[in-house]
Amino acid sequence: MDSLPPYAIFLIGALFIPAIGGRLRRVALLLIPLLSGANVINLEQGDDWQLLFLDYELIPVRVDELSLLFGYLFHLAALIAVIFSLHVRDTTQHVAGLVYAGSALGAVFAGDFITLFIFWELMAVSSAFLILSRRTDRATAAGLRYLLIQVLSGVMLLAGAVMRVQETGTLAFEFIGIGSSGGLLIFLAFGIKCAFPLAHNWLTDAYPEATPTGAVFLSAFTTKVAVYALARGFPGTEALIYIGAVMTCFPIFYAVIENDLRRVLAYSMINQIGFMVCGIGIGTALAVNGAVAHAFNDVLFKGLLMMSMGAVLHMTGRINGSELGGLYKSMPMTAGLCIVGAASISAFPLFSGFVSKSMIMVAVLQEGHPGVWLALLFASAGVFHHAGIKIPFFAFFAHDAGLRTSEPPNNMLLAMWIAGALCVFIGIYPWMLYELLPFEVVYTPYDATHVIAQLQLLFFSALAFTWLKLTNLYPPELRSVNLDAEWIYRKVLPDAVRGISRASVPLASALSDGVRGQMLVLGQTMYRHFGPQSTLVRTWLSARMVLWVAGLLGFYLFFYYS
Amino acid sequence: MIGAHLPALQVVVPLIAAPVCVLLRRPRLAWGLATLINWICFGVATALLARVLTEGSISYPLGGWAAPWGIEYRVDVVNAFVLVIVAGVSALVVLFARASVEKEIPAERIYLFYTLWLLCVTGLLGMAVTGDAFNLFVFLEISSLSSYALISLGPERRALTAAYRYLVMGTIGATFILIGIGLLYMMTGTLNMMDLARHLPAVAGTRTVIVAFGFLTVGISLKIALFPLHSWLPNAYTYAPSAVSALLAATATKVGVYMLLRFFFTIVGPYFSFEVMAEGGLLIAIALLATVFGSVVAIFQDNIKSMLAYSSIAQIGYMVLGISLVSVTGLTAGIVHLFNHALIKAGLFMAVGCLAFRLRAVTLQEIAGIGRYMPWTMAAFVVGGLSLIGVPLTVGFISKWYLVLGALERSWWPVAGIILFTSLLAVVYIWRVVEAAYFRTAPNRGHPTRFQEAPWSMLVPTWVVILANVYFGISPSFPIDIAQRAAQALLSPLP
Repeated sequence: MDSLPPYAIFLIGALFIPAIGGRLRRVALLLIPLLSGANVINLEQGDDWQLLFLDYELIPVRVDELSLLFGYLFHLAALIAVIFSLHVRDTTQHVAGLVYAGSALGAVFAGDFITLFIFWELMAVSSAFLILSRRTDRATAAGLRYLLIQVLSGVMLLAGAVMRVQETGTLAFEFIGIGSSGGLLIFLAFGIKCAFPLAHNWLTDAYPEATPTGAVFLSAFTTKVAVYALARGFPGTEALIYIGAVMTCFPIFYAVIENDLRRVLAYSMINQIGFMVCGIGIGTALAVNGAVAHAFNDVLFKGLLMMSMGAVLHMTGRINGSELGGLYKSMPMTAGLCIVGAASISAFPLFSGFVSKSMIMVAVLQEGHPGVWLALLFASAGVFHHAGIKIPFFAFFAHDAGLRTSEPPNNMLLAMWIAGALCVFIGIYPWMLYELLPFEVVYTPYDATHVIAQLQLLFFSALAFTWLKLTNLYPPELRSVNLDAEWIYRKVLPDAVRGISRASVPLASALSDGVRGQMLVLGQTMYRHFGPQSTLVRTWLSARMVLWVAGLLGFYLFFYYS
Repeated sequence: MIGAHLPALQVVVPLIAAPVCVLLRRPRLAWGLATLINWICFGVATALLARVLTEGSISYPLGGWAAPWGIEYRVDVVNAFVLVIVAGVSALVVLFARASVEKEIPAERIYLFYTLWLLCVTGLLGMAVTGDAFNLFVFLEISSLSSYALISLGPERRALTAAYRYLVMGTIGATFILIGIGLLYMMTGTLNMMDLARHLPAVAGTRTVIVAFGFLTVGISLKIALFPLHSWLPNAYTYAPSAVSALLAATATKVGVYMLLRFFFTIVGPYFSFEVMAEGGLLIAIALLATVFGSVVAIFQDNIKSMLAYSSIAQIGYMVLGISLVSVTGLTAGIVHLFNHALIKAGLFMAVGCLAFRLRAVTLQEIAGIGRYMPWTMAAFVVGGLSLIGVPLTVGFISKWYLVLGALERSWWPVAGIILFTSLLAVVYIWRVVEAAYFRTAPNRGHPTRFQEAPWSMLVPTWVVILANVYFGISPSFPIDIAQRAAQALLSPLP
């Protein structure tokens, strides 16, 4: 064992970045993923680290096919994201990005729940800084909501792990299954990170508020770690098939009417994860291969789309579809690369999405879930609609918004070029990716049925878009806010709190409460009962303290006698 | 030769040093003596622990008078561990105290400060080392009286009222304990703890013993500030000098919890305490209330010292919770949390002491943006805060882990849920400090040289404690082994 743990170089590097300035810092930022990559390539399967903690055996590093694949993928993603953010002059973002990438690596190489939990929470905290660094009020609020939900997921993971220790006596992170209560809790913890329906709001809430470069980091790691964890712990769990099918379908409706283009991408991200979750739920070798391969491709093409939108936001300061348009004149290269990403996510033959998504579709059909297959088919058409056409169309074409800018900085272009080239390369020559997959691949993506079926789907979908657009039936890009399940915790709950407190306080103060906003009321209610001036907290007179002592003594004696 | 007298030396050395300190008068000399004595105490405590771990319990008849009649000093794994905690924390904090005290206390009173400090340590160590119930009361009074005086030396006038309140409540608590001991003495005719334990079963169940038990429970609850008898603590910790807050928060309540262990387990016995008197259910309810109450109130505090004080009330809840599970795992959790919480709170209060060294007040408004000016201090606070929350790789995690395991062993899911929930509350109140220090912009700081890092003589001890948080979080076998042995010893029937 002469190599370092896979996450070490990132975390150590992050420590030193603040001390390095200027041009040297850029060199260091580039060197970190490269050095770490060289380290990981040297890792061999079975190079596990073990140590004894309390009475349990921990495996801080476990190297097998699945973790190695994600290890390679995360290095690729980190390199691209670092290049994309080289121009940024914000130490917080650089450090947070590196720690985030390092902890994602730590999580996929973790062989036990304690290690997994540590990196799970480290990921949550470091990634929150990528959102907070936007330094707007909206971003701060969204970042804190994001952090709260992510930390909650970690606490659930830990609670589930403790329950599993009670049940099985081991902390090893192997197949879990949802049969036990501990397993179920872990399942839900993974589910939050994986943006299961109703638990997905942190994603669509927070990612669009991140910095242009931060969103690229975010889109690569958190959800993919969750996909990895599900593939490790819950393959073949039937519930996942249906959860995945729902995840592929429902975001489409939101994505079509959403105006913020990065939020459209966030919804389409849930949709893509739905495919992976579905594949993991099927659990056959082909399906898990497909899910993992799709995770690999998704990081690249979703990263590419996120980068192109980040470039647009960086250059124009706008991201709403209603305020953009006609940018292909001033940003032709970005537009072209965005279209490559769009073609990949729509699974055009010869682009990367095609070679992995069809694996999942075939597996679904083979295992006899025609209903789910139809849902996925509908979702594929929907992806093409909102991610494949809508994103490039409204950003770069549509009506000319009169914006005149230029191509983004070279480092951004380079990062997009790398991702775009990989999308095409994997689409044309998928066997290199297939070799990395956890199970042996006996699947040929390019046969007549797959190609023709997919092309039919895509062209009719395109036809539908064109027809809707020409007849003005397509929902126009409006400046609007779309309500989603977050409505429950951002509107219903505060309203309920307001309702309760309004019922309990006199009318006059209730009216002023209404003006101050709902959450404030909750805070004030808490403050009234637990703040420095509340009965239990403000400084007591000695006499009153003594009264309590006497009362308690009486209570104890009564209790003992009875 | 000296080795045989270690239990006596543990108390006698600081006791004799205290009046010498008065004679020295000069601040630096007094500090030097206090430091020397504290480190000697630490050495003695470590030697005692090492002896106990290899050879088993030590019984030392004071003045050669044999056990039931004379005063016996009895050291087993439980109190040897407490001795190391008290002496160790005190030795580190006294290093920290020099600069802090020179800043906060007028020079002409500094020698008195160190005299009181030595007396306080004498009392705390004496409570831990003695095997005689009445002697325990005497040392309790020594430590209490000196800590009232120490608190009253705080830089603000409010320190006086805080100390006065503590005096009233502490005296009542001590009186209750004395009444309890007196009633036990009435029934058994002995004050030696071991002897008491042997004679009590015969008279257990009589009204006198039950009343004694009630007085002891309330008296100890008052001394350890167990909810709802906590109200003396926040002001006392908030307005005391920084070094005193660190010392008392890390040691005084710990010795109180040790007292609880001794009375409930060694003297009265776990069977009578928890089966006959059904103390467990009651204590668990109170402990859970304490954790939730302390954590929620801490969220609303603007003064960081009083935030930490309320967090202490919650942490005492954890210790009592672990103890009242009455299982090896639960007791291990409670005892190991004695050690871990001493490290956490000493570290945090020392970090806040560093802030107080440079700032007018340690409120959230005052520390806005201080992360840039005092990076080491704030980094120490963050690591200590993570440990308080219970993040893995810190000692806080070890405590929470055993506590949750203990609760789950009994299948008390809601208890485990509340432990995790209060950890989330800790995230909130620690985050408020982090947010203020790093994310809020500093107000106009006036003269730039005022806002720089605290002197290294304060930073180094702080970081030693903070790094101990991490070290014992990564390799916890030393405190865990001892806590497990102590738990087994407390639960096993008497020889």
